[in-house]
Amino acid sequence: MAPAGSSPVYHLPHPLPLDSGQALEGAQIAYETYGTLAEDASNAVLVCHALTGDQYLASPHPITGKPGWWERMVGPGKPIDTDRHFVICANVIGSCMGSSGPASLGPDGQPYAMRFPVITIRDMVRGLVALLDGLGIERLHAVVGGSMGGMQALSLAANWPERAARVLVIASTARHSAQNIAFHEVGRQAIMADPAWAAGDYYAGDARPDNGLAVARMAAHITYLSEAGLTEKFGRRLQDREAKGFGFDADFQVESYLRYQGSGFTRRFDANSYLYITRAMDYFDLAEEFGTEEHGGKLANAFAGTEARFCIVSFDTDWLYPTSESRHVVHALNAAGAKVSFVELSAPHGHDSFLLEHDQLDRVVKGFVEQ
Amino acid sequence: MTLRPDLAAIAAHVAPGSRVLDIGCGDGALMAELESASGCDARGMELDGALVERCVSRGLSVVQGDANVDLANYPDKAFDYAILSQTLQTATRPDLILDELLRVGRRAFVSFPNFAHWRTRAALMFGGRMPVTRALPVSWYETQNIHHVTVDDFRELAKAKGAVIEQAWFFANESGIGASGANWRAEFAVFELSR
Repeated sequence: MAPAGSSPVYHLPHPLPLDSGQALEGAQIAYETYGTLAEDASNAVLVCHALTGDQYLASPHPITGKPGWWERMVGPGKPIDTDRHFVICANVIGSCMGSSGPASLGPDGQPYAMRFPVITIRDMVRGLVALLDGLGIERLHAVVGGSMGGMQALSLAANWPERAARVLVIASTARHSAQNIAFHEVGRQAIMADPAWAAGDYYAGDARPDNGLAVARMAAHITYLSEAGLTEKFGRRLQDREAKGFGFDADFQVESYLRYQGSGFTRRFDANSYLYITRAMDYFDLAEEFGTEEHGGKLANAFAGTEARFCIVSFDTDWLYPTSESRHVVHALNAAGAKVSFVELSAPHGHDSFLLEHDQLDRVVKGFVEQ
Repeated sequence: MTLRPDLAAIAAHVAPGSRVLDIGCGDGALMAELESASGCDARGMELDGALVERCVSRGLSVVQGDANVDLANYPDKAFDYAILSQTLQTATRPDLILDELLRVGRRAFVSFPNFAHWRTRAALMFGGRMPVTRALPVSWYETQNIHHVTVDDFRELAKAKGAVIEQAWFFANESGIGASGANWRAEFAVFELSR
């Protein structure tokens, strides 16, 4: 794993308390900012990244050299306009691009590996709130996130309601379903079945569980795309050959594509981070967090009394976090009397649509953030 | 931007600073007017995703939803006014929608095209076909209006529901007319109800 780029790093002044009851000593958070913070700190927009994302929101990734993951959305004159807003994107706790995670060194000078405490989405957000404190930002103009980033936005709105005036949640959910957990478990088992994983203790050696991590990414990648999108892009077309090979090479283009996705991913991501972050997502159930012993979880409780404006966006071909999950959040927000917008956009590309070219999404994001 | 006459009548009678739910808010023209001119806290519901996108793009709070099912999630009396403009006749069960309006809103505004207008009557009487008029411009097989209603029908439904008609406005040729003979003279009607 290459070290993180030149991102500034915020060293938390206090141990970070965690939902597990543990606390993370000496935690640090790597982040990027774009634009200029207003004197009254009123123009800050926090963008939360997805499972395998990072802080390189609108600037080139130091390992892959590729453009920032949401450069089409964030920048001067873009829907999230850095001429007007101070945009922050931080690597979540548990990840591997400069923030504290299993690859970081523990108090004994050795990598944490599986000694890193299990974290939750709320723990990630607790880290982000600490960063906002450090940056002197009391109230965000908006918090924005897609997929796992949307979970963080919802968690921030529910747990720190005074910290954001607007909450924009795209292609996300307030809880991980059995199917979501099941797919993640396939990925984790692929990593842990790789002999190079070595119970997570692979940082000192030469071998890394790249094969396992690549398979995990391949399985997950299928869930990010729609069947129609895969069919349109690859169909049953063969890869660089005229006829089937009667072997187990990548005969089909779709196989070759997945293999490429898998191996590319291992160059920029730590397998243990993948375990920890998928776990955090699986544990996410906002209603459960706000449930009482007598009444159990009720999502509307999470948003009781909120004064923030919400905007929820889903995509019609997203089967990972389908529209029904977004609607569930919207109903809870309606029940809580929150000011909410919701739209299901049409897009052929499944869950990944939120990262791709989509004029309607651009207009919705701009309209909501500027309102 | 000029509001449609029925929307203008509603806008003129919503108390400033109210909490308003506009069901079937379309492109959000009424909501925008209520927010900018009356300082209202306006929310909308609209079935058509393209219209919702336009509303959200202009900074309005609108939920893509179906009034037949999605009103159920709003608490009782969550709004000062619930507004249903030109949508009642498209509902699966207009009577149940009316119940929901009067549940989520302290007051309700309902506007609809009057099927008993003389043009409609004449078209049916002399043409023998389902009327296609200025107020009802779409053929029977394409129209979203699946429950045509008249001024008198609506008055009777309101009574049956225990709703009080606070005020009513009637329109023909884009301008207001009196209440007398409204059931045959009015192209459109707007009712303000309470319960």
